Amino acid sequence: MEEGSRDQGQQGVGTTDPEEDSPNMIIYRKIEDVIMRIQDEKAGGVAIRTVKSFLSKIPSVVSGADIVQWLMKNLSIEDSAEAIHLGSLIAALGYLFPISDHVLTLKDDGTLYRFQAPYFWPSNCWEPENTDYAIYLCKRTMQNKARLELADYEAENLARLQRAFARKWEFIFMQAEAQVKIDRKKDKAERKILDSQERAFWDVHRPVPGCVNTTEMDIRKCQREKNPQRVKKSVYGVTDDTQTQSSVHQSLPSQPARKPTREDVQKEISFLNMQLDRHCMKMSKVADSLMSYTEQFMVYDPLASTIEPSNPWISDDMSFWDLEASRDPSQHRVKKWGFSLEEALKDPAGRDAFLKFLESEFSSENLRFWLAVQDLKRRPLENVAARAQEIWQEFLAEGAPSSINLDSHSYELTSHNLKDPGRYSYEDAQEHIFKLMKSDSYARFLRSTIYQDLLLARKKLTEGEQGRRTSLEKFTRSVGKSLTGKRLTGLMQSS
Amino acid sequence: MGEMEELRKEADNLKDQITEARKVVQDTTLQEAVAGTTLVGRVQLKTRKTLRGHLAKIYAMHWGTDTKLCVSASQDGKLIVWDTLTTNKVNAIPLKSSWVMTCAYAPSGNMVACGGLDNMCSIYNLKGKDGNVKVMRELAAHTGYLSCCRFLSDSEIITSSGDCTCILWDIETGTEKTIFAGHLGDCMSLAVSPDFKMFISGACDFTAKLWDIREATCRQTFSGHESDINAIGFFPNGNAVITGSDDATCKLYDLRADQELITYQDSGIMCGVTSLAPSLSGRLLLAGYDDFNVNIWDMLKAERVGVLAGHDNRVSCIGVSSDGMACCTGSWDSFLKIWN
Repeated sequence: MEEGSRDQGQQGVGTTDPEEDSPNMIIYRKIEDVIMRIQDEKAGGVAIRTVKSFLSKIPSVVSGADIVQWLMKNLSIEDSAEAIHLGSLIAALGYLFPISDHVLTLKDDGTLYRFQAPYFWPSNCWEPENTDYAIYLCKRTMQNKARLELADYEAENLARLQRAFARKWEFIFMQAEAQVKIDRKKDKAERKILDSQERAFWDVHRPVPGCVNTTEMDIRKCQREKNPQRVKKSVYGVTDDTQTQSSVHQSLPSQPARKPTREDVQKEISFLNMQLDRHCMKMSKVADSLMSYTEQFMVYDPLASTIEPSNPWISDDMSFWDLEASRDPSQHRVKKWGFSLEEALKDPAGRDAFLKFLESEFSSENLRFWLAVQDLKRRPLENVAARAQEIWQEFLAEGAPSSINLDSHSYELTSHNLKDPGRYSYEDAQEHIFKLMKSDSYARFLRSTIYQDLLLARKKLTEGEQGRRTSLEKFTRSVGKSLTGKRLTGLMQSS
Repeated sequence: MGEMEELRKEADNLKDQITEARKVVQDTTLQEAVAGTTLVGRVQLKTRKTLRGHLAKIYAMHWGTDTKLCVSASQDGKLIVWDTLTTNKVNAIPLKSSWVMTCAYAPSGNMVACGGLDNMCSIYNLKGKDGNVKVMRELAAHTGYLSCCRFLSDSEIITSSGDCTCILWDIETGTEKTIFAGHLGDCMSLAVSPDFKMFISGACDFTAKLWDIREATCRQTFSGHESDINAIGFFPNGNAVITGSDDATCKLYDLRADQELITYQDSGIMCGVTSLAPSLSGRLLLAGYDDFNVNIWDMLKAERVGVLAGHDNRVSCIGVSSDGMACCTGSWDSFLKIWN
């Protein structure tokens, strides 16, 4: 279902073969692309060489610093910390490893690393069983080499496995012996390399306690595994019938992505026709609106700017939250109300101020209707029908006390909805009234003294002036109140 | 030519026409338009709190609207409501099924919801009369795992599922009101618009869909990703959609221009995006990745301006509180961290 996509410089070959089982395959392919480039000495890869050590030679190694340098240069990574992070990820997934440590991370120094053999790459969908692990640990104890000595956690694991596989230990022992025989036939230098690669493989699939198991998959993605019943291959070619099927996701049925049917395509066509009819806004306009929105709100964004009075998480001082919640808003908060009607109505103090202004103009019915409908949407089901009727009586019925102005189409639709009243019966009407307020009274509100006083934090009037003004104000307010008082308290329950 | 083939041809033809229509409005690109804007300065957030208590991978978290409380869900079979300022556990709710994949906090603060491999969405009442938190409803109808859920109010919730559909439920009656079908792959994530009239869903068919909740229709479909979309969110003004995918990129799509505006990607980032959250102004995008880090992007300039490195395993979930003050991350390492 690809529609014209605009790529901005794709990197890597990363093909997503739908037949591949593991959900991690995408990242494995990307890393393999990097791994192949880094090992290609002729094409600018790192120098893999033999290092002379105390009494012997260490074949086929490269230093951590070299790897970090290469990553920075070839993947355009500017920060060495980032290159180390990526390198550690590559190591944790099992594509390169430190020769003297079970812990798979990358260090930016002389520590020596080796690349993993493609046979052991995680993209081969390894899920090695404990029998394989037991064979591995067992064979290591059979060989008299210091470098093959078991670490403490490995010895513990071996003991545990011996108990768990008590009945078939003879079989495991035999397999281990067979592996030792095979290994002995190999060239000495080659064996060093192979042994270390094998160990690194097990470090990925049976990590050191405390290390992350990178083969773990998100259980949501496991559900889609195409062939959960496939036989898991053994590292040592052991075909053992008693190999158990572990992990939860194996026993659940897989849900393959459905293939589209004829109906699907027909639905798609009618959908596409609808899309074609839509009006697309110009990119320049869209870009402008995004830029102006972020610009307006950046000063209010604590993650992008410093916020007054202080960040409570740092200073343990709650005054920021107290100020936000107070009904006596700061200029900073009041400024936001001017960004849009939505912002003004989000703030309870903004709603109060807007309502106060509208009352002074005797045109508060629109906002009160809007608030009543918001409240209706939150009512428990049993109260909804009655409340919806009350709203109709108050605002829309013939001779309604707070009659609002709806166009005939919206009026008819709403009246129809009320035959079977529900929480959303007034959606259409509410939208109309909102648009009306936005285009008419909101703009006047922003110019009003009520708003401007709050915005500019104008000082209260002196006593003399107060005397003359307030008696008239008090009169008009009291007249207004007696008309709207009762109904107001009934409706203004939200906030 | 078979009927299927003819139909497909018609569909492809229409798609070409739509692509043309989209090109027509491309009088500029977002990148060009913001060329004159200065890049946001380096963002360095620090861990202010670490919430310890879960014993296994954390799969989801969600902030409450009161800006200090949040809920998290872990595969240890617990839902924990945290006071993030004191790090105290306000509630520790044991779940019937430990395979939980999502959780949500109701805007009122009265309820939380969760779900997962049990294919159900369980609603818990936090404000019960005797103080105990009990299951209020079990919403069962999905035939696949529950990947995400979000409350519209105390009476309605929307869920997304591995059965490729999303459902709007009435919590009081416990029944499905609307089924939103159309995706061809598991729905992984959903987000509700700031005005509560629409929601968007991201799925494993690599597309994101915008749905009208009341009309019960799909309004728009956005494609371009090359792999599963794991995370989705609205730009704060509700006019654009942000997606995060296994293809290691995030994308910004505009609803009115009906197309992709920009992609957030970097040659050094190879791991998939698991979760995302915009900052309050929309200038910053915080995205959690499989490589254990969170990358902070300047959303307009599409450049990285910060990294949050502190988790020892995948970052599975992220959220910014409603007042924009704090960012919370949850990880497979069983910890939640509060940053700012």
